This record gives sequence, structure tokens and C-alpha cells, in this order.
Amino acid sequence: MWSFIKKEFLYIFRDYRTMIILFGMPLAQIILFGFAITNDINNAHIAVLDNSKDVVTREITRKLLSSHYFILDRNLKSNKDIKSAFKKGEIKQTIVFEQNFAKKLTSDKKANMQLILDASNPNTASILNAYTAGIVDTYIFQNLLQKGKIPMQINVQSKMLYNQELKSVYLFVPGIITVVLMLVSAMMTSITIVREKELGTMEALLVSPVKSSTIIIGKVVPYVVLSFINLIIILFLSVFIFGMPIRGSVLLLLAESLLFLIMSLSLGIFISTASKTQQQAMLLSMFGLMLPTILLSGFIFPIANMPVALQILSDFMPGKWFIIIIKNIMLKGIGFSYFWKETVIILAMTVLFAGLSMKRFNIRLSE
Amino acid sequence: MHEKIIEVHNLIKKFGDFEANKNLSFDVYRGEIFGFLGANGAGKTTAIKILCGLLKPTSGEVRVAGIDINKNPEEVKKRIGYMSQMFSLYNDLTVKENFRFYGGVYGLSKKEIKERTQFFLGKLKMQDYENMLLKNIPLGWKQKLAFSVASIHKPEIIFLDEPTGGVDPITRRQFWEMIYEASAAGTTIFVTTHYMDEAEYCERVSIMSEGEIKALDSPHNLKTEFGANNMNEVFLKIARNVE
Repeated sequence: MWSFIKKEFLYIFRDYRTMIILFGMPLAQIILFGFAITNDINNAHIAVLDNSKDVVTREITRKLLSSHYFILDRNLKSNKDIKSAFKKGEIKQTIVFEQNFAKKLTSDKKANMQLILDASNPNTASILNAYTAGIVDTYIFQNLLQKGKIPMQINVQSKMLYNQELKSVYLFVPGIITVVLMLVSAMMTSITIVREKELGTMEALLVSPVKSSTIIIGKVVPYVVLSFINLIIILFLSVFIFGMPIRGSVLLLLAESLLFLIMSLSLGIFISTASKTQQQAMLLSMFGLMLPTILLSGFIFPIANMPVALQILSDFMPGKWFIIIIKNIMLKGIGFSYFWKETVIILAMTVLFAGLSMKRFNIRLSE
Repeated sequence: MHEKIIEVHNLIKKFGDFEANKNLSFDVYRGEIFGFLGANGAGKTTAIKILCGLLKPTSGEVRVAGIDINKNPEEVKKRIGYMSQMFSLYNDLTVKENFRFYGGVYGLSKKEIKERTQFFLGKLKMQDYENMLLKNIPLGWKQKLAFSVASIHKPEIIFLDEPTGGVDPITRRQFWEMIYEASAAGTTIFVTTHYMDEAEYCERVSIMSEGEIKALDSPHNLKTEFGANNMNEVFLKIARNVE
């Protein structure tokens, strides 16, 4: 057994391609998702048409600009300027304050401001809309309500639980952990097993007195170790670079991840029994695992918005359950009693895939 | 002298409706070089896999090294060596590491592995290359290394499945010298090949076609029986009879 593990480690370290996939890909993914592909919008150019120019409108404008979301591109003088401001395409939002804003606010308890958004990118527009509304709400709450003044207007307040700042990193990190663990472990194990088939060494091992379970365990253990190191790197990055909290038990998080890892590895073995070449194994794990995990696990697209058929399909994605678990531990900080069901589902999948792949592995021998 | 080391009686192997081996019966004697010939799809590979314990026969009795393959395949596996046409060595390991790994697979002690490695490297005059990665080693040497690795645990029988595929005639010749040496030392060699000139090197040859053994004798006797000048003609005549 030991000689198997040693050989596998030697093999991994000698093959720089394996090393790149193993450690480069997770790093690249977390940096890509964390920095580049983010839903957060920073420094959106806006224009302001302040018809009132009083204390309140200036204060609101100042608040908006002091958030890092907006940059004041220009001040507009009249309604006519609005269209031309948008036409250049740099301005994403124009804020219009009505005349006598502050006065109306005190006398009528109500004043109007208008947001005009460039909705050619609907996502950006709705996010900017939400940011602005949020900042205005906060202003009203802090500056006017707390000073003991009568409520100016009843606002529908939406409170964002767990991710107050609506940071998309919080959404992405659990997804990245899932995708990376799944892909690296499943793809790498399936590729190395198939590579041994291609090399003919698998045949030589099967002819030897070594048990097939020893062969498989010897193949898998190094990848468990390396994927675990990977996991720790990702967690480290997400905590220290992206400020992702781990509110729950770290130990529990690692234990659940280990379970998910083992599930992915058994999936990898399963894939290897179904493929003849390394390319085939790679494609199978890419399209059979990575895409569904990214698309259907709730990583990027909310499951609740999917058609029923896809929602049912998503139940079969191990990643979906694991993302729920990680979010519960990292963001909500709640204990095992809240997600034992998800854990049982992953455990059941692990047993299923491990059993299936062992069976297929043995059947393959007798073909 | 004529101790039987492989005994096959009425071996049948079916895959669904397809009969890959139809009632095979033959014996191989200890220390001989036994050539197992046949065209692709004749059932050679199936038979060799059964002998190595990779496949279970549908029916029939197979004894290898005196052990019933149905009852105790694990015991058989300890006593045989196997080398396929792909050589079964790890390209990203060094020569020494390949020996060490396969030695470990066959449960040899560290000391035994060291001794055997030095023995083979000395024989091949490759001591200076023991730390070279296998992928940097020429094909002909790789082949000899593969044969050495397959015999690291001193097996009683070595199965060679088309061991000389894709190798030039001179290297093939050298490889056969290694086979002779092993045979002279008492190891039984069971070899499949496409090359009919190699069949001449075997002490006895069986020719398979369509899942059956059509002929089994020494190359000399076969040539006389079929009135042929060489094994190639023998092979062609048998193939024609089938058609």
C-alpha cells in the first residue's frame, strides 16, 4: 500500500501539468471569481441634476459619492441634458432631485427623487438602483429619524441577512470550494486511473497479487491529501483576501469537506471505469461534472428561479447540498443539527458512487 | 523433464452468445518456450487473460503452476510474471523506482528488491542509468527492463503478450536472447506474437483460429506436417483451411 502511495506522489510531483491543474486551477478560479467576475459594481459614473441644491440633497449626494459605488461624472443643469448625458454611454445613472426637496420633506413629509438608469445592462441597472435606494434609506433612517423627527416616509426596508453588503464573494466562495474540490478530485483521479490503463500498467497491477481495493486506495489517498491542502489554501485566501467569515466550526467545515472530497473521488473512479482515454475522462468530468455543478448547484443561478424540471435535476447535484452546508457553516455559523439532512444525502451519494465504481471496476476486469 | 506447468482441459469462455474460446485443451511443460500464435480475434488474448487470472472461464479446468485457477487465482498470481506489449512501466519514474515499485507490489523485502535490481541492472549493463526517468530511455532498453521487472519476483512462468510489437529486428533478436537465458534458468515462457520468424524460436507452438487450437507441435514438426518451408507458410495454410 505504501509503495503505491509513494509512487503516486512521485508521479504527481514529476508531472508539472498535474501540479498546474492541482494547484494552479483553484488559485486561478478563486482570483477570477473573486475579483473579475464579480456582481459588485464599483465606481459607476453617475450624473446629478439637483433642482433644489439644499442641505438634504447635498448630503444625500455626498453620501452616495462617499460609498465606493459611484463616481460623480458631472452635474447637470436641466432636464434637457439628461438624454445627451446617457448617449455617451459612460453614465450609468442620473439622479434627479425635485425642486424644494428639503422644504417638501419637512412640510409634506415627502419628497421625490428620480433615478434614471441605463438599462442596456439590466443587471447593472437593478444593482445600482438597489444601491442608491439603500443609501437613501440609510440616510433617512440615520439622519432624520434618529434626530427624533417624525418619520418622513414609510419605507419598505429590505434587510439582507448574512450578507449585509450583498458581497458576491460570499456567494462565490462556497461555490468555488465546491467546484474546485469536485473537479480536482474527480478529474484527477479519473485521469490518473485511465492513464494507467493507457500505459498498460493497470493490467500489470491486475495480474499481480495485489487486491484491486489496494490499487484504488493507493491511487486515491494522495489526491485526498492534496485536495485537502487545496481546500485549506482556498479557505485561507477567502478569509484573508476576501474577508469571508467562518462563523461556524472550522473543524466541522473540514470534516464536511472531507466527506465531499471522498464523494468526488469515488465519482472520479466511476468516470475512469467508463472511459478509455485520458481525454475522454477529462471531457466526461468537465461536461458531466463541472458544468452541471456550476449551473445547477445554485452556485451562480438561484435554484428557486429554475423551471421545476431543472430544480428536480439540481437535487441530484452533490454540489448543491455541499454549498448549502458550507454556507450554513461559514455565513450563518449554525451547527450540525441544521444540515444533517444534507450531510446524509452526500454520505448516501458517497456510498452509492463508491459501491458502483468498485463494482464496475471489478466487472471491467472480467471483460 | 516433462513436468506439466500449465494444464488446460476443455476450456470454454463465452461472452454472451459469442464463444471466444471453444473447448481448448493443451499442456505447457516446465522450462519450455511455448509460442501461442493466432490472428487478431482468434481468442489468444482471452486465453492468456484466463491463464493470468484476469478472467474467469465459463467452464473447463485450468491449472497453472499446479494450482487450480478457479479455486485460488491469488496464489497463481504470485507465481507468474506478465509483460504486455505496452511494457507496463511508469514513464515518470526512474529505472530504479520502477523496480522498487513492482518489487513492493509483489511483496518483496527492501533487501530483496535491492539485490534483484542490482542483478538485472548488472546483467543489462545499465547501472549508470538507474536514476534516469524511464521516458528518456530508448524503446529497446525499455523492453528489456520490462522483462526484468516482470521477473523481479522469480516467477515460475512469464507470460509475454506480444512483447516485441513495434521494435526493430536487431532489438527483437536481443530480446529473444534474454528469453532464452530465462528459459535456460528454468523459467517457463508463454509468448504470443504476430511475427512468424519469432515462432521459429519457440520450442513448441500452438496456432489458434476462431477460438480453437488448429495445430500444436514443434516448429520443425509443423513444417513437415504442412509441407511448408517456414512458419509463415504453415500459418497461411491453416488460415486457408478455415476459410
